[in-house]
Amino acid sequence: MSEHSSKAGADEKQHLFDNPKNVQRLLRGFYVCCLLLVLAEFVIHRHVVHPWEALFAFHAGYGFVACVILVLAATQMRKLLMRDENYYESGEDHLDNNQEGDHVGR
Amino acid sequence: MWAADLPPYIPFFAAALVMALARSHALRAAVGVLVPVLGGLHLWFDVAPGLTTYRTLFDMQLMPFRTDQLSLLFGYLFHIAAFIGMLYALHVRDRVQQVAAMLYAGSALGAVFAGDLLTLFLFWEGLALTSVFLIWARRSQTSFKTGQRYLIIQVLSGVLLLAGSLMIYRDTGSLAFNHIGLDGVGSWLILIAFGIKAGFPGLHTWLTDSYPEGTPTGTVFLSAFTTKVSVYAMARSFPGTELLIYVGATMACFPIFFAVIENDLRRVLAYSMINQIGFMVCGIGIGTELALNGAVAHAFNDVIFKGLLFMSMGAVLQMTGKINGSDLGHLYKTMPKTTLLCIVGAASISAFPLFSGFVSKSMVMAALLETHHEWVWLAMLFAAAGVFHHAGIKIPYFAFFAHDSGIRTQDPPWNMLLAMTFSAVLCVFIGSYPAVLYGLLPYDTGYSPYDATHVLTQTQLLFFSAGAFVWLQMKGLYPPELRSVNLDVEWFYRKAAPAALGFAASIGKPLQFAWRFMVSGLIDKITDWLNSHHGMEGTLARTWPIGSMVLWVSIMLAAYLLLGYV
Repeated sequence: MSEHSSKAGADEKQHLFDNPKNVQRLLRGFYVCCLLLVLAEFVIHRHVVHPWEALFAFHAGYGFVACVILVLAATQMRKLLMRDENYYESGEDHLDNNQEGDHVGR
Repeated sequence: MWAADLPPYIPFFAAALVMALARSHALRAAVGVLVPVLGGLHLWFDVAPGLTTYRTLFDMQLMPFRTDQLSLLFGYLFHIAAFIGMLYALHVRDRVQQVAAMLYAGSALGAVFAGDLLTLFLFWEGLALTSVFLIWARRSQTSFKTGQRYLIIQVLSGVLLLAGSLMIYRDTGSLAFNHIGLDGVGSWLILIAFGIKAGFPGLHTWLTDSYPEGTPTGTVFLSAFTTKVSVYAMARSFPGTELLIYVGATMACFPIFFAVIENDLRRVLAYSMINQIGFMVCGIGIGTELALNGAVAHAFNDVIFKGLLFMSMGAVLQMTGKINGSDLGHLYKTMPKTTLLCIVGAASISAFPLFSGFVSKSMVMAALLETHHEWVWLAMLFAAAGVFHHAGIKIPYFAFFAHDSGIRTQDPPWNMLLAMTFSAVLCVFIGSYPAVLYGLLPYDTGYSPYDATHVLTQTQLLFFSAGAFVWLQMKGLYPPELRSVNLDVEWFYRKAAPAALGFAASIGKPLQFAWRFMVSGLIDKITDWLNSHHGMEGTLARTWPIGSMVLWVSIMLAAYLLLGYV
């Protein structure tokens, strides 16, 4: 660990998301935004170039479904592609995985 | 300030020389920051489109400096990028990095203002040879080996560019760096050379291999120049090449799967960079004025917002010594400014309205529909949702929020914060007042990104992508960050090729054995036989008396006579 960082102490002050209620508030606000964005289709007339775009809440549905498929597919990819983090180093000489920052003071 | 036809790389190379010789860190830092500012102002105020300088080398006419709307746009961009990078690295006292960064930025400028392919080649290789020091400057065994791999692939790209250029010179008698188009072997070689540097699918792993291994400040430079020089070169040489639409769409889609499961957050950004270049390559492939404007405008914005994201992750690495998502979390408590600046970068790359990505990515999307590439448009919409998912949400979430890693640190030094703030302001400024950027683009298309439909649909896409993230997290379906590596194309040259060589060596031993007993024995017999006839004491090497010569001549003549009758 860098000289600039340390571990959390027990007597730390409370931060914004330490309180679960704040997380809930944020999520509720987010759900309301999603709902308003869909309802806005009743108010705003959309100029449609492609027929698919004319479907109600097409972009909302597409965004949600696309991301769920993306994550589920990527999770399956792990079974095939995931290896130990030293996979490429095995068989080579020991490599020091230098995770430190810039060399300062050279 | 100085002569308008002085190529912009000259001040950078001169500054690199000063920095190499200067003993004082303050002088080196001052030169590093001032030269991009002065050079940028000079380019803005004193240099107009249409300037050219010529040189003759043997019989070839070279054009080492040529300005037009396209090259000037990238010229401004690279000055801004060099300034931001130098400001961000102001605290770094490593002379190697300072000089390499300056030479690297100068090489990028040399490449975009090159008017002929030979000059382009020289700076193309210059980019490789200078930037590798920003990886080696990490001074670890890992970075040394990564730098070696990086250098080999980059130099290979240069060799292909040179070979292709010479073929084109042979066929056309010209080395002009203009529209090339896919016509003949030479043009294919050049496209592959550009494709290597742009991170085409299958040729991309140098990028995801090396960028996470650069120094925290070095990777900011790396992310700005090499790939964007290639995008510039393709926009100039291969606009309207249909193949590039599909190459671009593939580039936009496949990296997002890797980005979702990648643990190293700078590698996530590297995958996300390929995804963004996919939009640019696709725009170049479409080739209409709107698409080309979109491609180069997105390159402009990408340098700034991707730079901002790399800077924020560099700050995390610098301050905590860690960069894996599995090791980080809750840094918003002690790095609040970095958190906020990272979120601005995340909003920009995700193309939220009022942020820079929105005003450039939309041009490529609109051009796809205009040219009736509906399926590609759908794929790019998927990629646009995906980029928000991994770069817009994953990066800030796992670094600054998520689980409490227990790490308590502080925001980085003032210069790093200032560089990030400058980038963030640019992201919001370009996103809110796109007319400034649009005025610099090669074509006047009259495009306006801010209509109600576009704002609504894009916001819906992004919010519901975020909704998917929230839903997957709550259901426990989101893949956790794990200490791991994921196999990619690099497996072929990092594992399969060495294994194949090892296998060849292992089967080589029996072969050697067989050789010794069979082939080698046979050869020995042949040489013994030859020796017995032609050797020192061999039958055919003995000194023959004249009588025996006459005998042999008689035999030959008799045989000849006999054949004459047959």
